[in-house]
Amino acid sequence: MADAANQIPDRIPIDLVVNGVRRTLDLVPWTTLLDALRDHLELTGTKKGCDHGQCGACTVLVDGRRVNSCLTLAVMKDGAEITTIEGLASDGALHPLQQAFIDHDAFQCGYCTPGQICSAAGLLAEGHAKNADEIRELMSGNLCRCGGYPNIVAAIQQAMGRP
Amino acid sequence: MNAYVGTATSRVDGRAKVTGAAKYAGEFAADGLAHGFVVAATIPRGRIARLDTSETLKVKGVLDVLTHAHRPPLADKDEAWKDEVAPEEGSPFRPLYDDSIKFNGQPIALVVAEDWETAKFAATLVRVDYQEEQSFATDLEAERSKGAEVKQLHKPRGDAARALAGASVRHEADYFVPTEHHNPMELFATTTVWDGNGRLTVYDKTQGVQNVHKFLCSVFGKKPDDIRVLSPYVGGAFGSGLRPQYQVVLATLAALALERSVRVGLTRQQMYGLGHRPATIERVGLGAKPDGTLDAVTHEATAVTSRYEDFSRNDTGWAEQLYKSPNSRFSHKLVRLDVSTPCDMRAPGAASGVCALECAMDELAVALKLDPIELRLKSYSDRDQSEDLPYTSKQLRECYARGAEAFGWSRRNPAPRSMRDGKELVGWGMATGVWEALQMPVAARIVLTANGHAEVSCAASDIGTGTYTIVAQVAADALGLPIENISVRLADSTLPQAPVEGGSWMAASSAHAVLGAAEDIRQDLARLASTMPASPLGGVDAADVILVDGTISKNGDKGRAVSIADAMRYGKLERLEKQKLNQFAEDKSHARNTHSAVFAEVKVDEQLGVIRVTRVVSAVAAGRILNTKTGRSQIMGGVVWGIGMALHEETVMDHRFGRIMNPNIAEYHIPVNADIHDIDVIFVEERDDRINRLGVKGLGEIGIVGVPAAIANAVYHATGKRIRRFPITLDKLLD
Repeated sequence: MADAANQIPDRIPIDLVVNGVRRTLDLVPWTTLLDALRDHLELTGTKKGCDHGQCGACTVLVDGRRVNSCLTLAVMKDGAEITTIEGLASDGALHPLQQAFIDHDAFQCGYCTPGQICSAAGLLAEGHAKNADEIRELMSGNLCRCGGYPNIVAAIQQAMGRP
Repeated sequence: MNAYVGTATSRVDGRAKVTGAAKYAGEFAADGLAHGFVVAATIPRGRIARLDTSETLKVKGVLDVLTHAHRPPLADKDEAWKDEVAPEEGSPFRPLYDDSIKFNGQPIALVVAEDWETAKFAATLVRVDYQEEQSFATDLEAERSKGAEVKQLHKPRGDAARALAGASVRHEADYFVPTEHHNPMELFATTTVWDGNGRLTVYDKTQGVQNVHKFLCSVFGKKPDDIRVLSPYVGGAFGSGLRPQYQVVLATLAALALERSVRVGLTRQQMYGLGHRPATIERVGLGAKPDGTLDAVTHEATAVTSRYEDFSRNDTGWAEQLYKSPNSRFSHKLVRLDVSTPCDMRAPGAASGVCALECAMDELAVALKLDPIELRLKSYSDRDQSEDLPYTSKQLRECYARGAEAFGWSRRNPAPRSMRDGKELVGWGMATGVWEALQMPVAARIVLTANGHAEVSCAASDIGTGTYTIVAQVAADALGLPIENISVRLADSTLPQAPVEGGSWMAASSAHAVLGAAEDIRQDLARLASTMPASPLGGVDAADVILVDGTISKNGDKGRAVSIADAMRYGKLERLEKQKLNQFAEDKSHARNTHSAVFAEVKVDEQLGVIRVTRVVSAVAAGRILNTKTGRSQIMGGVVWGIGMALHEETVMDHRFGRIMNPNIAEYHIPVNADIHDIDVIFVEERDDRINRLGVKGLGEIGIVGVPAAIANAVYHATGKRIRRFPITLDKLLD
């Protein structure tokens, strides 16, 4: 008989409200919110860049706040409202941040972009960043290896409506 | 004709990227998709004595564990494993091939399970006993004397040793560039879809789908039609995706073993077992006459390679070609160590080699009490010194002038520690950048439909460089259609031929393939239109016809035009399809290069040694810029990479264990948003009628070259300390 310690424990049922739609999942307890979105809900717009909370590519909004979904177990967020990059545009109209990122060429490969945009949406909601230096500081949890930072700052400034 | 080329057109794939619709290799779904998790070796050299998977296999949901002793067949000849960019010398790495361990982090087993969570957990239960080889080496500096000479392309000029020894002013020093890892944001991943009967569709993170396609066919003994490789979006690569990486072999191996679809995604830590920029000791010697003209240039690079392949790049050729010097000598040595084979990383060879050369030039300028720009102008060459050839174009002189003006260089006080801003020391430094302007065989297909829409396709990848966009721009202009009517398909191995995307060659190469196909379409349409009854183009020579605003028109006379739709209807053509391989005139009588002048300002906290790069001006001469928006982004990204190389990036090895100590992106530092301040990109006009029809040279690499040296030189100017060991971290300033 197999060693009990090596067996997968029972799955846990949870509900997530993702981009306004209630989704029910049965997950093993160590499933991250990131893997729940990408692998179990096929919402692959949220990216995995490190799985260790180091890069910010997995940033989503949970109850309006920006979080690293790779450092969040899905079971901890039972009942929470999640907004991913797929939920930012409404009725086909881009969110002002999405349009600003295109206007300022604030991405190259595009892989960090959903996390950057969700993080910027969280930043705007927080209301702490008033100028470029503060944007730079408060967006430093989101790495961009293509080196698009100055354009990311310009795009966020456009969406904030401030120089 | 030029509605789009040369403008700041926004990326045509922008919407897909900002909405999350763009799908990367590890994101394609398939029925019954299984997930593989890699088990990696924890010793640098030896053999697998025992690999016990019994506990792993007991876990519910585990499908199989593939190892060297338990796997489908793999090719046994080196030739089958040599991809299009593999080093000529050596035996390429073969994952799960046998029991030998060649580097720490080498994959030794693949656990395949119904889901990712199960595979990841079960992989922790694999037990491995090693027969460790005690004699291993990973330290370049300790093994420096074992360097084996790489054959040089050119003979030495004059007598460099004597000229250097006798020079009135001389500078000679070692510069150390550490191992660096690409760290693209996307983790390496492959989704191999089992299509039945041994046919596979492979979504891979790669810079070259046809390279991977050919590689997989030879490794698995498949026919070309059995495998199709796609990589529509690539989340950064910077050279790490030039060669097929081991996860594509493992995913395909598992798919064949299980006869079902399999995804293998690497962790960030596992990616440190892939290729890297090799640690290199760059020894540069410069000798000058009293007036500052160079009399001797020597450059000896000693770089790491693996024990199983000889990877070497051109570190010293830049010193060889850039400055006039009657005496010069260059050499490149390889030290074989117990690490994975290095690979190309943004501006391979140049990023490291030019860094050393341009730091050395700054040191020489200080010794001569000359302005650094003036020193460079004294030995400025209008001919490539290594081949003694003129350039197709070279506006480097203008780069110095425009860059210096924009930066305010004339206000620089040359004395170190002479400039301050509060408690920070201010330093201004500059350097030259140089890269090649290469072009490769690429074919493109255009399908024009009667509704005025065109689909352009090519196997080339867009790794964030903007290939989708420039292809659309060139096609829109050449076909006289709005860019919204152009759709672009790339990165599918079944599309017209393209090599790997690298070396800055894809813009020129793909643009001219598109131009060629569009030219054939134009000729067919011109012929058709001129034969229509009462055609306004009757009697007009096809060469005198252009496509503009959806019409076929006489050049310079818009009144004489036929709409494309009418002409195609008349010809009963639903679609018009043309495929063309680009063609460049053979020209061995000119050198082809891009150049830049880079100016950097640093501010250094005198007490803490914290360095900030507050301003960079990069003045680039790279022929015609196809897209000023995406082009500027490429240079800006290169500058950010240069800042990382100067101040942050280093893969740190514990040589006692032959193991990387910082295999993650918290401890391997790359620039974050707060590290980056003003970056001013100037495209210096450089008309080049000789290199190719559009005068395009490419931008992917030139942006990084020279930046680390400009920053190191600025740090010296700020602090009076010359740091020759990169990265320049604050502990080195406080020493």
